[in-house]
Amino acid sequence: MDALTWTGSLGTVLNPLLWVSVALLLLAVAGQVLASLLPAPQMRPRPDGTLVATTGLRGLADTAGRFALLALLAVLLAYIVAGALMPYGSAGIVGAVARRFAPVWISLALVFALSIHFRRRLGLFGRLFDSTIGMIGFGLVLFWVFTALYFTAFGWIATHDPLSQLSGMKNVLPGEPVAMAPEGAWPHYLLGGDNLARDVFSRMVAGSAIVVLIAPLATLFAFMVGITLGLPAAYFGGRLDQILSFLANLVLAFPVILLFYLLVTPEIVQTGIPSFMAMVLFVFPILFLAVLLDSRYRTDRRKRWPILAVTLAVTGWLYLSLVSQPGTPVNFLHPDVDLFNIPGGILIVFVSVVFVNSPTVFRIGRGLALDLATRDYVAAAQTRGERPWYIMLWEMLPNARGPLIVDFCLRIGYTTILLGTLGFFGLGLPPESPDWGTTINDGRRFLSIYPHAAIVPALALLSLVLGLNLLADGLREESLKD
Amino acid sequence: MDDATRPILEIDKLSISFFTRLREIPAVMDFSAKVFPGEALGLVGESGCGKSTVALGVMQDLGTNGRIVGGSIRFKGRDLGQMSQAELRQIRGSQIAMIYQEPMASLNPAMRIGRQLVEVPMIHEGVSETEAWARALEVVSDVRLPDPERILRSYPHQLSGGQQQRIVIAMALMSKPALLILDEPTTALDVTVEAAVVDLVKDLGKKYGTSMLFISHNLGLVLETCDRICVMYSGEAVERGSIEDVFDRMRHPYTQALFRSIPLPGADKTAKPLVAIPGNFPLPHERPPGCNFGPRCDYFVKGRCDARDIPMLPVEGDERHESRCIRFDEIDWAAEPQGITAKGKTRPGEPVLRIESLRKYYETAANALFGSGETKVVKANEDIGFEARESETLAIVGESGCGKSTFAKVLLGLETASGGKIVLDNREIQDTAINKRDTQTVADVQMVFQNPFDTLNPSMTVGRQIMRALEVFGVGNGDAERRERMLTLLDLVKLPRAFAERMPRQLSGGQKQRVGIARAFAGGARIVVADEPVSALDVSVQAAVTDLLMEIQREQKTTLLFISHDLSIVRYLADRVLVMYLGHVVEIGTTDQVFAPPYHPYTEALLSAVPIADTRVEKKHIVLEGEIPSAMNPPPGCPFQTRCRWKSHVPGNKCETELPPFRTLGDGHHALCWLTDEQLATMEPVIKVAAE
Amino acid sequence: MLRFIAGRILTMLLTALCLTFVVFFLTNLGPNLEKVAKSEIGVRISDAEVESWLARNGYAQPVLVRYGEWLGVLPGWTGEAADGTPTGRCVAQDQSLEEADRFCGILQGDWGYSTVFRAPVSEIIARSLALTGKLMFWVMAVMVPGALLLGVLAGMREGSRLDRSLSTFAITTTATPEYVSGVVFIAVFASTAVGLRWFNGSATSAMEDITFVNFTLPVMTIALYGMGYIARMTRASMAEVMTAQYIRTARLKGVRFRDIVLRHALRNALIAPFTVIMLQFPWLLNGVVIVETLFNYKGFGWTLVQAAGNNDIELLLGVSVVSVFVVLVTQLISDIGYVYLNPRIRIS
Repeated sequence: MDALTWTGSLGTVLNPLLWVSVALLLLAVAGQVLASLLPAPQMRPRPDGTLVATTGLRGLADTAGRFALLALLAVLLAYIVAGALMPYGSAGIVGAVARRFAPVWISLALVFALSIHFRRRLGLFGRLFDSTIGMIGFGLVLFWVFTALYFTAFGWIATHDPLSQLSGMKNVLPGEPVAMAPEGAWPHYLLGGDNLARDVFSRMVAGSAIVVLIAPLATLFAFMVGITLGLPAAYFGGRLDQILSFLANLVLAFPVILLFYLLVTPEIVQTGIPSFMAMVLFVFPILFLAVLLDSRYRTDRRKRWPILAVTLAVTGWLYLSLVSQPGTPVNFLHPDVDLFNIPGGILIVFVSVVFVNSPTVFRIGRGLALDLATRDYVAAAQTRGERPWYIMLWEMLPNARGPLIVDFCLRIGYTTILLGTLGFFGLGLPPESPDWGTTINDGRRFLSIYPHAAIVPALALLSLVLGLNLLADGLREESLKD
Repeated sequence: MDDATRPILEIDKLSISFFTRLREIPAVMDFSAKVFPGEALGLVGESGCGKSTVALGVMQDLGTNGRIVGGSIRFKGRDLGQMSQAELRQIRGSQIAMIYQEPMASLNPAMRIGRQLVEVPMIHEGVSETEAWARALEVVSDVRLPDPERILRSYPHQLSGGQQQRIVIAMALMSKPALLILDEPTTALDVTVEAAVVDLVKDLGKKYGTSMLFISHNLGLVLETCDRICVMYSGEAVERGSIEDVFDRMRHPYTQALFRSIPLPGADKTAKPLVAIPGNFPLPHERPPGCNFGPRCDYFVKGRCDARDIPMLPVEGDERHESRCIRFDEIDWAAEPQGITAKGKTRPGEPVLRIESLRKYYETAANALFGSGETKVVKANEDIGFEARESETLAIVGESGCGKSTFAKVLLGLETASGGKIVLDNREIQDTAINKRDTQTVADVQMVFQNPFDTLNPSMTVGRQIMRALEVFGVGNGDAERRERMLTLLDLVKLPRAFAERMPRQLSGGQKQRVGIARAFAGGARIVVADEPVSALDVSVQAAVTDLLMEIQREQKTTLLFISHDLSIVRYLADRVLVMYLGHVVEIGTTDQVFAPPYHPYTEALLSAVPIADTRVEKKHIVLEGEIPSAMNPPPGCPFQTRCRWKSHVPGNKCETELPPFRTLGDGHHALCWLTDEQLATMEPVIKVAAE
Repeated sequence: MLRFIAGRILTMLLTALCLTFVVFFLTNLGPNLEKVAKSEIGVRISDAEVESWLARNGYAQPVLVRYGEWLGVLPGWTGEAADGTPTGRCVAQDQSLEEADRFCGILQGDWGYSTVFRAPVSEIIARSLALTGKLMFWVMAVMVPGALLLGVLAGMREGSRLDRSLSTFAITTTATPEYVSGVVFIAVFASTAVGLRWFNGSATSAMEDITFVNFTLPVMTIALYGMGYIARMTRASMAEVMTAQYIRTARLKGVRFRDIVLRHALRNALIAPFTVIMLQFPWLLNGVVIVETLFNYKGFGWTLVQAAGNNDIELLLGVSVVSVFVVLVTQLISDIGYVYLNPRIRIS
């Protein structure tokens, strides 16, 4: 087997096109920027009633920019489509990687086609497809979600086992054929090997599964905690608000990295502090759900208690399974009823990320609630004798959903960065874990000679976080357009 | 031709559109107007009719997506649309100046007043800073602000709303402009402050010889300030002419409908009720063919009114009086409105609510976390007492800060009283917070809120919100029964049943307010507190909502506590009136008693301040000086003594030292005043309607 | 105003007290102390020996008491060594009990002794802080003007191409944490694989002598991440101010666009970013730790990693105190600055 080049025979045609379109795009953007420094444009109405600026440099730059972007997209699409269709190897590394991601491309195309078709019926989500930025962001996020999903569920996409080391593949460059490949194994290390001779591509794919699972979940828990505390702090005010705000500021004044170094060490896991913190933090989702339903059905005697009982039973069991962990001080559930166990390393990482995020969510929730509490519909609810929790959760919270959703997206990105930071310092997760932070940490020792082992996960992380930020920005823009 | 006969501003067939991603939205169509030197033109219409857009068009400041798509605006003979940005900058601020609705928002919060004022002549006339400062001092004293030096050195937030608006006016006058555009300059202000500002604007207009374009939704204000008027509807001018012509000999159905829907003296809720304009304002992109007012017009004739665009037609005999109605010659303008039946007067029943010397004090702590610091006491309510009967409408009148909202909160149980009693059906409820009250009491006392855009939860359907109220009040067994009840409530407030599934954002302001009323009556409320329920609505919708409220009250025998600052509407619908000032009840009596002498001096000033859109009315001119004192630091003695014009009539300094007695002036008519019966008897009526 | 500052300082001290106690508690947990004992006298010792070593060195007292001693508000412990000589927290070698101070804690300037570097903590921290100070100076010098300029230009005409381009750039930098941008920078500008080799991939030499070649990458790495965030804040604030009524007032007064931006908008628009810049410090500290580790620059962040990684309790405590202090002081400055910039709050 020969080593793969980056683009194989595709490159002869497509590479020049790629460079040309990139150069054009850059030129057009520069032109647009220069043009917008000039005084206000002459706007001209079009027959369909929309306005367009047509004159001079600005119009030219606009048109050029649009076409350059389209050309670039077309070239990129050509790489993917041609790579997937041409026989293995002839389209180089790009083609082979594009082919490995085939299920993701198909799913992406399906989701986009359906969403764009039905966008007028999908509310805010549908309007996301009116914004280029939002669409790009959504695409990036969805790409990693599908990758993680297909890898975890079916083991697709990755070419090798992310943990196995093949002899002779230490620090090999991208496209290197596997020496002495066992029967049926994938013949190349598509993106090279790391310093322990593992496949960088497969580790990147496996890493996405960890990040895509933990980051949103941890953010969700942080939101539950932050909102369950932030709403009453704003609504009741007074002493409660002072105490909670003081505590939140306390955590916020802690440099995150110091907190991680203090909290995420084997010694601390030994003392059981993270397990106790988990016990406290994980109560909030149950509280949230129970109060939510109870306040809604307070007036209905027949439904109130059954609903509450079922909710508490189900979530309670989940909660107990979650906190009870063999090998830690908190282990009281018999293994037969303990639904699942989370490895200590993951739990502590999870808990500390939730802990770090909650105070910020608390402040956001509190700020939104302070504003909403002055609305007349809140006063109307008070005058008909609604209980405080109903007002907070059913009158105020739904009206804060716009900013909260936007912040949720941003915060998943931030959590991803935090997870990467933990990995980068080798905290919490096991050293062989394929998550992106740990891989970057592994790769950085040989960075100036073999950059690929660190660059690949770094770019993966960048693209996911960028996607989330763009998505949040698109959502914010569109939600403001009402 | 000399300057006096050439118009300062000449707008000719102006059309302005806004462009969105989806469509072009015409905001102003075929609008023409002339303003001559020293003349004041009033531009009147409901919100969304395009009157502010005209002003911005004159300023050539329509934002990124607004454009003038036809016609021209000439200022002193020069077309503003053809000017370059630099030329426009020269004119803005020096030749044309503008005054806005929100004084607080139109002053830069981070710049001292003085800096903002001196900037104007420094830019336009290149004068030195010292000279500009001297001029600023002069203009600030011209707008009757005390201590100009101090004012110039302060920041906007250190001044009250009325003072801020005077500063905005001063800023507009700094370069002695030829044209002054006032865009709802007093909407955010209290009535008495409004009266003072209007007075000032009129005087300054004369003194500086400035022409004015006065934009307002209030016909009364236009009557007081302007020489000519232009009525706008849905982007078009529908009628224009001199004030007398348009007010007394209107020739457009919309103008007529507008006058019939506002409570003028003589209107009466039983004998001569208001006539609401049916239907809704058309959306800008859904205007009907032909006459825009057609679908809501009583004189609409199919095939003629909707056949083609209708031009402005001159009215014979009057000077520069035009109407956009092709049938104005055929309409009998003197006829009384059709289909109005006088309703039987309701008799107030047994007393249901008794308030006895109610007090509410708030404590505000300076620094809460560390040490107590000094706590300040806000005396929001001080000694309030009255009685309200079944099926009675009691109006509570006062300006912002008089404590009427606090009183509502205490009555509803959102706050508990600091002293005194609230007796509902012989039960004392002043100390029972809302969550401790039993369901029946809560359902009995309900409220209708002021701001229609805020009164409904934006993320719940209309039906769901009413259903929730029914659930909480324990009405009906099961969802099906409650749903049925909810639909009948929608019938009650005259909304289609299909509205149950709608979200609040799909409703207009008036419709939202109807839902708010339905919600308040969900538990069969016996006492309803209506906090300025129509003041945020358009004039034509106000009448409909007011009438609805009255009708439901009549049917349900509700006691209505109507909180308002608008004395016209109070006079129209209230049985009894209670006037509040700084937490005190200063006067109480039947509507006739309160609106006729003898008055409490504050009531007298308040009555004089209310603009009335009737040329026959003659008002006594009383302008209150000074500001409403802070409730944190009320004056000793009589609460009104700092602004009272009768104070000198009371011997000694009793007004400043002792709280006056709440004395009886007649059967059930009381006032908080030291004036003797003889002195009170000398008071003249504030409002006189000239004999026809 | 004075009252306000006094209140803030009081809150700050309370926060500092709470935070240092948390740090003290976490670093002095049983397993950590056990590790210390083992590293001092050997790994293969029995539990009983650990116990007695801890007791002899004052670790057996309740946490609160030891916190007090460390803080310097309680007298240091005294005892007797195995050979009978008096020992104690404040007793140096060859010193009798009488000669020694009664109190020796943070408040007395006694920050302890680092077991890793074999040097007094205060000395190590002073040296590393000086190094980090230099780094931070350059980071601020690049980041703050850059971010403000970016934000003001973007927010000045909301929705323009300039705004779109700058905003996209700002979003990209906020999505690039230091460990990503650092890795990419080194790979592109300093590796043999790409071959540009414009800059150094290590900043070790910058500790003696800062040059463009050895300091650009670390400074840019930290500055970029923070820059995007501040720029977006500035943009949002600027865009909001530019739509405010008083800007329209100024425009219709005939003020030129340039003067509107500079005189009327800027001060109002900079209130929010100012507080953000100050509140960035906890995050900047993050970046400092990552960058100093990545570029092997032995400043404050690097020291933190060494202290935490090697269970050097005294040093870690010292580092924590300093970082908590820095964060709180910047918060205080942010609060006071906000009040100063915003005349609306200043008076009331």
